[in-house]
Amino acid sequence: MSIKLENISKSFKKVTAVKNVSFEVKEGEIFGLIGPDGAGKTTLFRILTTLLIADEGTASVTGFDVVKDYKKIRNSVGYMPGKFSLYQDLTVEENLTFFATIFGATIEENYDLIKEIYVQIEPFKNRRAGDLSGGMKQKLALSCALIHKPTVLFLDEPTTGVDAVSRKEFWEILKNLQQKGITILVSTPYMDEAALCDRIALIQDGKILEIDTPQQIVKHYPKKIYNVKANNMYSLILNLNEYKFNHSVYPFGEFVHYTDKRDDFNPADLQQYLKNNGLKNVFIQQTKTTIEDTFMELAK
Amino acid sequence: MNIKNVIQVKNLTKKFGDFTAVNKISFEVKQGEIFGFLGANGAGKTTAMKMLIGISKPTSGEAQVADFNVYTNPEDIKKNIGYMSQKFALYDDLTVKENITFFGGIYGLPKAIIKEKSEVLINELNLQEVANELVGSLPLGWKQKIAFSVALLHNPKVVFLDEPTGGVDPITRRQFWEMIYKTAHNGTTVFVTTHYMDEAEYCDRVSIMVDGKIEALDTPKKLKEQFKAENMNDVFLKLARG
Repeated sequence: MSIKLENISKSFKKVTAVKNVSFEVKEGEIFGLIGPDGAGKTTLFRILTTLLIADEGTASVTGFDVVKDYKKIRNSVGYMPGKFSLYQDLTVEENLTFFATIFGATIEENYDLIKEIYVQIEPFKNRRAGDLSGGMKQKLALSCALIHKPTVLFLDEPTTGVDAVSRKEFWEILKNLQQKGITILVSTPYMDEAALCDRIALIQDGKILEIDTPQQIVKHYPKKIYNVKANNMYSLILNLNEYKFNHSVYPFGEFVHYTDKRDDFNPADLQQYLKNNGLKNVFIQQTKTTIEDTFMELAK
Repeated sequence: MNIKNVIQVKNLTKKFGDFTAVNKISFEVKQGEIFGFLGANGAGKTTAMKMLIGISKPTSGEAQVADFNVYTNPEDIKKNIGYMSQKFALYDDLTVKENITFFGGIYGLPKAIIKEKSEVLINELNLQEVANELVGSLPLGWKQKIAFSVALLHNPKVVFLDEPTGGVDPITRRQFWEMIYKTAHNGTTVFVTTHYMDEAEYCDRVSIMVDGKIEALDTPKKLKEQFKAENMNDVFLKLARG
């Protein structure tokens, strides 16, 4: 096991940040912590990167205990915190040199590992880090986290605030790093990124809701989900909320995702009910379950 | 039926020196419409929105927001719009009630009206128990819902939302969108800027900016058909990656 947590709990004054969290990440795996702000993701990262000591439980990274062997862990992991934490008044190149030097490495010896990412920001190597765009900052932070050739990479919300194109590129980079044998623990509040991980843990309010592959998690969903649409979205939501057989009603883009309490649910009944309540162009069709549907069902 | 345009923009342009941040954009947004304003980082969204909310003067072109001209009446625009962003919404070190009173005062509402609206808002959002707690102690999702309600206190004709649901848990997010639907249903125009494509799927129409220009504008459904894409994320990738 590359990363192992057993019954980890941590509180800050009155607030319980994480409660009894256990999971394992295998070597070479991309493991995703999926949950909203305040779920406890960053606390877990800080415990695993030895920056914070848990109140209860044990954890290890590459076989080293996070408390006893913290120095060994620090040498063998890369950490990209959620908040941009490079030196804003050093240039791109100076930041990279700095991080290489404190780990006793050089840019030259590990250039292969960062090449794919660094070539994109190399034209700006004399620019101060504080003057970079969001996408470029993210690439520099990843380069700095990799320059000492870590075996495990911790990425705390690397794609928050980054546009769709840069997000896609970033995930392509992660897949390539995985090919080079690096284990990756990555967190994100965006459910669509969950599908890109090998396995995921859904987390909310400091507790793990479920751990599995993205494909399996979706299969555990207990109900059939229907896309519902009509001429007036607001009125549709109100009417679905009033419908006595509803199990869940969630707006989902241009549709509402609807599930029914009854096992023998017939969409025609719902169609009739909505028509009787004045809605027009009613459309009902069964649809695929998403990770987000599963998350909401578990968090209910 | 002729529904009024609340935002009318024609050839709107903003240059910073040699750099054209916003390049002749044109569009209209109707009363009660939920309009998504999308683009990559650096595409010009923020610059365009700053002109629409009356805090940045255009280099050229025309824009009317809530019946007022952005060149001549920016102060009237500010009085007739609401604004909420992920980065700035409420004061963390004021209580829920104090925030409502403060923003009501900023918008020049009489004390009696503020008191009445404050009670309605607190009841609607079920905040009775935390009304006197500091906003900083509340979960993000609650803050966002309060911030949205506060942005609507003065009955604006249009409310601008900047990435309103980023990072919020999925259930609270749905409650937030229900609030947006209700607002639009009641006749207020909702203008949403975001680079999260799943937020775009909720809008009546969306525009996509690439390098300062609007490269696509239609309903999410039609854009998906046009670009033969499964979702708005694919539409966006096809447009922005060329």
